[in-house]
Formats: sequence, C-alpha cells, structure tokens
Amino acid sequence: MYSTKYVKPNSTTEALEAIKSLGEGKFLAGGMTLIPTLKQRLASPDGLVDISGCKLDSIADEGETLKIGAMARHVSVAESAVVKKAIPALAKLADGIGDRQVRNRGTIGGSVANNDPSACYPSAVLALKATIHTNIRSIAADDFFTGMFETALEDDEIIEFISFSKPTKANYVKFPNPASRYAMVGVFVAQFGDEVRVAVTGAGEGGVFRHQEMESVLSSNFSADSLSSVKIDSDGLISDLHASAEYRANLIKEMTKRAVV
Amino acid sequence: MGEISLKLNGKLETRDVADNTLLVDFIREHVGLTGTHVGCDTSQCGACVIHLDGVSVKACTILAKQAEGADITTIEGLADGDELHPMQEAFHENHGLQCGFCTPGMVMSAVEMVTKNKDISEDEIREGLEGNICRCTGYHNIVQSVKAGAAKMGGKN
Repeated sequence: MYSTKYVKPNSTTEALEAIKSLGEGKFLAGGMTLIPTLKQRLASPDGLVDISGCKLDSIADEGETLKIGAMARHVSVAESAVVKKAIPALAKLADGIGDRQVRNRGTIGGSVANNDPSACYPSAVLALKATIHTNIRSIAADDFFTGMFETALEDDEIIEFISFSKPTKANYVKFPNPASRYAMVGVFVAQFGDEVRVAVTGAGEGGVFRHQEMESVLSSNFSADSLSSVKIDSDGLISDLHASAEYRANLIKEMTKRAVV
Repeated sequence: MGEISLKLNGKLETRDVADNTLLVDFIREHVGLTGTHVGCDTSQCGACVIHLDGVSVKACTILAKQAEGADITTIEGLADGDELHPMQEAFHENHGLQCGFCTPGMVMSAVEMVTKNKDISEDEIREGLEGNICRCTGYHNIVQSVKAGAAKMGGKN
C-alpha cells in the first residue's frame, strides 16, 4: 500500500472539511473493497477519511419507507428485526454477501457508492425504488447508477442514508461465484401493487440494470411460467473467465424465475 | 505516523505506527504476537481472523488506526493460562488440522459463530467457515471440531 494519511472525524461536516483539506481523498466506510484496492496499489489517495465515527448507522422503519444509514454493516441489516419485518428480502440479501468477516465490516453505503458490477446491494436499491440521501441532495435510484463503478456522486459528496420503498412482495436470488461469493448474476424482484421492478446485477457491462421486458410480463402475470416466452439478449452482458455473456443471459432468466414465488 | 492505543488480549498496547499499517502487521510486527497468520493477504483465506470488539474480522483488511481504542482478542488470548479454550481443546481432540497454518483463523471464526449461536447446526458451521480456507482440505475434521467445541461451550447439537 502506498503511504497515505488517515483521519477519523466525528460528523459528516467534519468529514467533508477533512476530504477537502486532503487533496485527493477517499471516504473509508467498511473498507472491504477499498483496502484491498489500496493494497494492490490500484489507487493512491492522499488520505482516507474514516466515516465510521459519523453516526450514520441507524436503521429505522419510517412507515412508507425503510431508512438505512450508510454505515450500517451487512451483519446489522441481515440481523435487524426492523429490516426483517419491513423488507425481509433485503435482510436475506445482506446475509448472503461475501463471508461472515466481510459482513461484519462491509457497509451498505460503501457497496452502493462503489457500484461494483457484481455487488448485491445495487440491485435492491434499483428494484426497491430507493432514494439515496447525501449531504446535499436526494437522488432517485434510477438516476444514481451511471455505469460500472460509476455513480452520480460528486467527489465531495457523502451518502448519509438510503430510503427503500416497502414492496408488497420482494425476493433476491443470486448465482454466487463459488470462490468469491460475488453474484455472477443476481436478480432482485420487487412488486408494488400492479407494478413490478426487476433489477439485475453481476451481468451488465454497464453495471446494475432494470429488465423492462420481464417487468412488463410480470406486471400483467406475476408467475415464473409467464417468463418462459421472454428471450434475454446477451448483448451488453459481461463475458469473462467465470461465464460467457450467453451463460449470464440464461442465468438472468433462471434467477428471475426462482425469485418469483 | 501517529500513536495508537488498543487493548490486545486484555493488555493495553500503545505504539507509533504509519497510517497505512495494517492491523495484522501491528499485531505481528509491532507487538510480536505471531499466532495470527497472513495467508493470502487478499481477504480471502481467513488465516488472519481475530476478534475486534467481539466480532470476527480479517486483520489483513483493516488499518491499525481503524482499531484505535478497540478491544482485540487474538488466538493467544483464548486460553486461560495453561487451560485451553474449549474450542482449542476440541480442535486438538478431533485433529482439526493438518499443517496448522489456517488453524488460528479457523478457531477464531468458530468461537465467534458458536458464541452467537450455541446450538449451531453442521450446515451453519460450514456456511460460517465460508471465509476460512484450508489448503490441506481438512474441512471434515475442522467441522467435527467446531461441532465438538460448540457442545463443550454449552450447545445442544
């Protein structure tokens, strides 16, 4: 790891001041992606601003929405009685991320801000019509993810919390890479009355995306059988040593079918 | 550089460290406790698992500075004098190791999962060891050891 500075402020206001004073700084949440990236010397920020002291880890049911703080760790979301009651699929998703030690440290805000194309959380954010609340504005999920590892966040913008709309029904099913547990394909299906949203992670060259055709088929008939006639285009899907684009296309349909129960 | 203080196996340790020092290097190089191993150094293998404020974490993926003020337990801190922790005893009795390199991490992961869920099932043990890799492929005896350790720690399975 290149030499870097470390600071741990006690509020988001202080964190923003710190990042401005550091030149090219990076916010550090759980560090489960950032620290390995630094160790591989794929990044060399002038400094790290640890936001774990900024009191951003609350989880609260707010009636229409479920609010989760950016620093809420995966284990907290997975075990939260509030999350399990409001959106059980979200607790299930959190419980399947990485391994036990990663879940003990990794955070929802870190995952969403990083927008890894194989991360689980972005699919939930997109399918559950979430809103990302930062220190300066609120961003709808549909406008937030702008490409692989790219989001609408500015350099000195910090996610404070994420509000998820409560669905009538939701489910997340992934096909994990057997070694890394990252999603080779993960599908989050959420039903809001007549509206169905289907978000796919692990597969798109541009990161997480919604599958409009499956959404419209499921909106008129919410059953796995109704998906049989849908053809998933492999254009724009990731092809790598783990799976070809065609294989991922097949997994998208299969995972969606399994998610519709 | 800067000073950090933390509690390591019940003892307050204060050292001057560079900001990019990893917690595992702090434990091994600065304090000299080499029971915590570095296997892959890429957060995959779990040989470096320790307890940070009671939860299991990979010490190769945390900066020492992030652990300022924390209460840390390593494999050296489990036994009570000459008396092994029940999970260590179980690994001994069930031969839960071959070369032994992964063992400290396996034991630390096992202790945390059983502390949180004493009636743990075999499936839960296998899932709980997801982040610990044994290159000798000795998982069978490791799982048996965790089961036996759980029973010693008061579990019913």
